[in-house]
Amino acid sequence: MVSPILELSNINKSFGHVQANKDINLQINKATIHGIIGENGAGKSTLMSIVYGFYQADSGTISIHGNKLNLKSPRDSIENGIGMVHQHFMLVENFSVLENIILGFEGEFIFGKKLEEAKEKLSKLCDIYKLNIDLNSIISDLSVGFRQRVEILKALYRGAEVLILDEPTGVLTPQEVDELFKILRSLKEEGKTIVLITHKLNEIMSLTSEVTVMRQGTVVGHKKTQSTNKEELAEMMVGRSVLLRIKKNESKKGEIIFKVKNLQVKDDLGVLRVKNVNFEIHEGEILGLAGVTGNGQTELLEALSGIRKIESGEIQIFNQTVSDQNNFLNPKDLKEKGLAHVPEDRQRMGLITDFKAHENLIFGYHHQPPFSRSSVLIEDKILDYSQKVMQDYDVRPQAPELITSNFSGGNQQKIILSRELNKNPKILLVGQPTRGVDIGAIEFIHQRLIDMRDKGVAILLVSVELEEVLSLSDRIVVMFDGKIVGEKNNQGVTDREIGLLMAGIS
Amino acid sequence: MEFISDIVSLLSATLRISTPLIFAAMAGLFAERSGVIDFGLEGKMLAAAFVAATGSYFLGSPWFGLLLAIVACVSLSLLHGFASVTHKGDQVVSCVAINILMIGLTTALAAAWFGQEGLTPTLNDEQRFFEITLPFADALRPVPIIGTIYSEIISGHYIFVYIAYTLVPIVYWIVFKTSFGLRLRAVGENPSAVDTAGIGVYSMRYKALMINGVLVAFAGAYLSTAINANFFREMSAGRGYLALAALIFGKWHPKTALLACLLFGFTDALQIRLQGVELPIIGVIPVQFIQALPYILTVILLAGFVGKAIAPRAIGQPYIKEG
Repeated sequence: MVSPILELSNINKSFGHVQANKDINLQINKATIHGIIGENGAGKSTLMSIVYGFYQADSGTISIHGNKLNLKSPRDSIENGIGMVHQHFMLVENFSVLENIILGFEGEFIFGKKLEEAKEKLSKLCDIYKLNIDLNSIISDLSVGFRQRVEILKALYRGAEVLILDEPTGVLTPQEVDELFKILRSLKEEGKTIVLITHKLNEIMSLTSEVTVMRQGTVVGHKKTQSTNKEELAEMMVGRSVLLRIKKNESKKGEIIFKVKNLQVKDDLGVLRVKNVNFEIHEGEILGLAGVTGNGQTELLEALSGIRKIESGEIQIFNQTVSDQNNFLNPKDLKEKGLAHVPEDRQRMGLITDFKAHENLIFGYHHQPPFSRSSVLIEDKILDYSQKVMQDYDVRPQAPELITSNFSGGNQQKIILSRELNKNPKILLVGQPTRGVDIGAIEFIHQRLIDMRDKGVAILLVSVELEEVLSLSDRIVVMFDGKIVGEKNNQGVTDREIGLLMAGIS
Repeated sequence: MEFISDIVSLLSATLRISTPLIFAAMAGLFAERSGVIDFGLEGKMLAAAFVAATGSYFLGSPWFGLLLAIVACVSLSLLHGFASVTHKGDQVVSCVAINILMIGLTTALAAAWFGQEGLTPTLNDEQRFFEITLPFADALRPVPIIGTIYSEIISGHYIFVYIAYTLVPIVYWIVFKTSFGLRLRAVGENPSAVDTAGIGVYSMRYKALMINGVLVAFAGAYLSTAINANFFREMSAGRGYLALAALIFGKWHPKTALLACLLFGFTDALQIRLQGVELPIIGVIPVQFIQALPYILTVILLAGFVGKAIAPRAIGQPYIKEG
């Protein structure tokens, strides 16, 4: 019989009127990898921040090895062997690895003997877990994957027996994820306990031995990973059955209607970010663009949607050049040509979050009938339209007068989608359509995109979620360092193949 | 021969004039490295000058004056911290408030206590700091070069000057070679990293502000109880801003900030020297123009030559805990 190393009982926590955690009971066994899964806002991160001492629970107890803890700050948790790797790394970017790790645990006022001891201890830890980190490198020079290893090393150095990881794979390439999983398994072998917070079912299935599902601040179930499956977990997370992989028919490809030729684009600092990119999209086809964040996808999307000037090359719609280095159509002109754009950064570019929902629902089309006449907005018409559209797209709450920032990520995204899709575009550019969106809403959004495709729209899907690209696309191109490094027909292609391309290895 | 004596007195004046800038720049370094903007050096320097002169006048010793100036400046720093750290107010606004308040308060209090608007009574020798002649200064004087440098340039300053130049390596050592320094730099770069390591962000910032208050008090006391014998209205004359400019120009690093202070000190010494001097071709340059030189230099340096001055990343941002 394994004994629980960490035990939570009746944890409650509220922020103002929102109860983030409600009567949480949880037992985590020693030397296991325990998954905590739930949608955004289910209360997973809050719960773990309480265990880490970052927040204090309103009521309830936390015990480790059967001893009740009184956690007032992260320091108390660290001293009791709890370590945490946060979703946003807690590193000082212009410090060395060593400086980051000893921060707060220097053990001496003037650096000297203890610093040498720390170096020795760290080298040993690096060897045991094959972390392969140079202690003198500066954080800003390290890749995201390595920064995460620094966080793990930091927790281990501080004596963590229980290591909590909050959404650790969100920013990693598939190869980096494999490396991370190897490290986590070897930690488990050495007797460490791992708590993995995630919303990705694949990770739960491949890594954990037990899983706890949370929904709306409560624990809705515990399972042995062996005796459950993705569908069951997803249903528990959402509270109803969901389709994980969208069902779709073979696409009915038509003419090429969107074409990009030798496109080069620079970013704001004048650095060339899109290098000689060529592709075309057919009518009724979804072209998926995979790639790790920051490989030029953002600049490409901005250029295609008319927000960013292009350096050279051209963009064609229906075999007619709409933009090259001399002539450049702005987003408004492009809209009239039948191009719609769902931007990557929904809160910065897609919406004015301080505006009311109905204003965002028509923004960009507000000057057209029936929303305005002689430059005057017709409020009744706009509200009627908004009511109808919000029902159509299942935006909750269905309140056109509510300020947009009060909607959840998924519902904000539906507001943008409805605005862009309702004008019956011929070409649709979509950036990160489901970033920060709940599983239930993801299913809805994916279905809408497939519907558009079946209506004959040419769709460019840019996403860092490989799973999403694989599930929706008919054809996949991979972008690395500003270049298209590969093209695959989405039939029988594995995520491993795409992953290698994404990492620049081909 | 006259040329050499000009150079000697110019360099000696540079050391003297740079001193308050160095204290204020080092004070600013602690605050800004911890992530708190200190635009209020000017006001604190003014407060210190007033309190030091007044304290020394009433208590009879410049050391008491200095002590009171330290108390006053630490209080003002804590006030800045209360507004901008604890209550997350805008740091620049808080500093501007301190600066304006101090101009008014020192003038008004001088009027109320001494009957003279913006002036404190002249201090006698007991109530002032005196210039220190270093050992062997007279004996070494005849030695060529070294003797001149030692006895004419280095010797014969107020104790503040020697403290200031000793202070810079100490600040360097604290900021880069101690755990306190590591935490200080971290809290100005990424306070969340400090918080998750279990160290209080606020307490680090308050500690930095207290050191800031102590150091800037020296700058003010130097003005009113050492190089002058009383306080007069707005006697800090922009030195607080100049020190801040030197700090930024020196990229928040003690060594380069010292060099920047010396450069500003040198141009100021030069402008005093050049007043009324007839230059070939140009003739006599108007005093106002010469006096503006250090400030013009500041603007040019800051605008053009600093290059990438990378400020502490979290500077000016109140710390708000996120999950």
